[in-house]
Amino acid sequence: MGEKIAVKVDDLTVAYNYKPVLWDIDLTVPEGVLMAIVGPNGAGKSTLIKAILGIIKPIAGSISIFGEPYAKQRKMVAYVPQKGSVDWDFPTTAFDVVLMGTYGSLGWIKRPGAKEKKIALESMEKVGMLSYRNRQISQLSGGQQQRVFLARALAQDASIYFMDEPFQGVDATTEIAIINILKELRKTGKTVIVVHHDLQTVPEYFDWVTFLNVKRIATGPVKEIFNDDNLTKTYGINYKVAVNK
Amino acid sequence: MSSPQIEIQIIAAVVAMACAIPGVFLVLRKMALISDAISHSILPGIVIGFFITQDLNSPLLILFAAFVGVLTVVLVEYIQKTGLVKEDTAIGLVFPALFSIGVIMISKNAGDVHLDVDAVLLGELAFAPFDSMMIDGTDWGPKSLWIMGSILIVIISLLLLFFKELKVSTFDAGLSASLGISPVVIHYGLMSVSSITVVGAFDAVGAILVVALMIAPAATAYLLTEDLKRMIVLSIFFGVLAAISGYWFANWLDASISGSIATTLGIIFLIVYLFAPKKGLISVLYRQKQQQIEVSLITFLLHLNRHDEKRERHINHLREHIDWQEAKAQKVLNLALKNNLVEIENDIVFLTEKGLTFTEKSLAYIIENKHEKIDSMKDDFFLFRG
Repeated sequence: MGEKIAVKVDDLTVAYNYKPVLWDIDLTVPEGVLMAIVGPNGAGKSTLIKAILGIIKPIAGSISIFGEPYAKQRKMVAYVPQKGSVDWDFPTTAFDVVLMGTYGSLGWIKRPGAKEKKIALESMEKVGMLSYRNRQISQLSGGQQQRVFLARALAQDASIYFMDEPFQGVDATTEIAIINILKELRKTGKTVIVVHHDLQTVPEYFDWVTFLNVKRIATGPVKEIFNDDNLTKTYGINYKVAVNK
Repeated sequence: MSSPQIEIQIIAAVVAMACAIPGVFLVLRKMALISDAISHSILPGIVIGFFITQDLNSPLLILFAAFVGVLTVVLVEYIQKTGLVKEDTAIGLVFPALFSIGVIMISKNAGDVHLDVDAVLLGELAFAPFDSMMIDGTDWGPKSLWIMGSILIVIISLLLLFFKELKVSTFDAGLSASLGISPVVIHYGLMSVSSITVVGAFDAVGAILVVALMIAPAATAYLLTEDLKRMIVLSIFFGVLAAISGYWFANWLDASISGSIATTLGIIFLIVYLFAPKKGLISVLYRQKQQQIEVSLITFLLHLNRHDEKRERHINHLREHIDWQEAKAQKVLNLALKNNLVEIENDIVFLTEKGLTFTEKSLAYIIENKHEKIDSMKDDFFLFRG
């Protein structure tokens, strides 16, 4: 774990139609962790990521990425939205979607060239999707679509990766493949922040965790803070009952 | 062909091209209805613009009306954001309100304004060639051609410059925002361009045809391709095709040119909807039928795979056992024979080597649902084409 702070959120409040979905969030994520954000439905997990990335405008608070505002640090950050947030019938190929990952470093107007295409192909190779590069995206299975999204994030070649429920609707093999890539990223010093639903896999997949339910409940190493106390505070029910269900 | 005839066709083709390009993005963004809303709600903008400029073709009037078009989008989004009504309701609230303000303005000032609601809605292409651009007494050709030609050049330049941005913000607005390619900027850019196109085109072809020219070519192209660039090229092609053939259709019927072009667009869409190779209705029905046969084939092969007893593999027995009608049993058997999946010796059916592998792979696919298992078989069978 590095000494640097990758993400720092201060006093963040986000509201939809004047109803707060995130309330006064302070969050500090050190560099090089693989962190899960857990919490019940409607806890504001996705909103937190979107606010950090400037996709949603908060009504209060400040955000810094390696000490600078997000707008200055865009190229250090990659984002994997929820798979269901896009129209998979869009007329394009898997390769083209991965290539979009390079658009950020290109900026406006400039078009992707040989260098960008090479990056996109290498990223597809890493997630085992190279042979599907010319396939229309609607013809991919759910797991393959998720891998394409992951490849696109890899093509962004960032220092921090934000992922919104990357395991939703994928089979067990893909889930393992994805988590292995995320662990690989952490090994190379990257910071990975994942909105996660499955509490049982948290200790196995992640080394850090944030409990969130409109307010931030706790953040820290899984070994230290992933306990019944925090789970009960977050979910409002006895954790053991929830897991044994 | 007389020179006005040629000019009408050129104007129609240029309008069609200018509409087709923003149309593709409206269709992909599921915002087709917005073009309808804009085409109506610009009326008050046109009327006020006309009061000020006294010229229907003034660039100022076009900008003014386009501003009202963008205002329509802003109002729709504002109403939608309250969370009280859905988007379609918001559209239905905004554009009739703005349109009716325009209608009242025209009727109140009917005496002084050479503008009527019919002309705005239906346009009259037949008159377009006679409204010429006059500079120092020289005739520079039809005004609407100059206007739409300029708009088309702007649209093509913007498309070439911002293709990447349009693509990523249309496909994935969230990613686009995080990359610093503001989807809001692209959205309002597209809305402005659509508004300007609608306003520029309404005088020549009318507000209704503008909507048809924006949506129908894009919807038709969408059925034929899975590539965005090709979709744009095909949309332009269908737009121009409908413009030219619609003109001759009108000539033959001696009817409204705008009406004939819109009808032609509808007919082209219908033909493609029926006959498109992958997404067309006939192809989908054929594929379903084919899949039905192939499911039967796999059932048949599985049966052969499970039973070693000769009794169970006898050609007559099979029919009774699987309980299929004669014709269906024959069809399935023929399909299996044709693909070298089975052999028949003394009326006893055997699985071939290929048939055995096929059955095992199919089973694995059905159980595990993994596409990798059947990649090698996709060319042979419809069933596995997903």
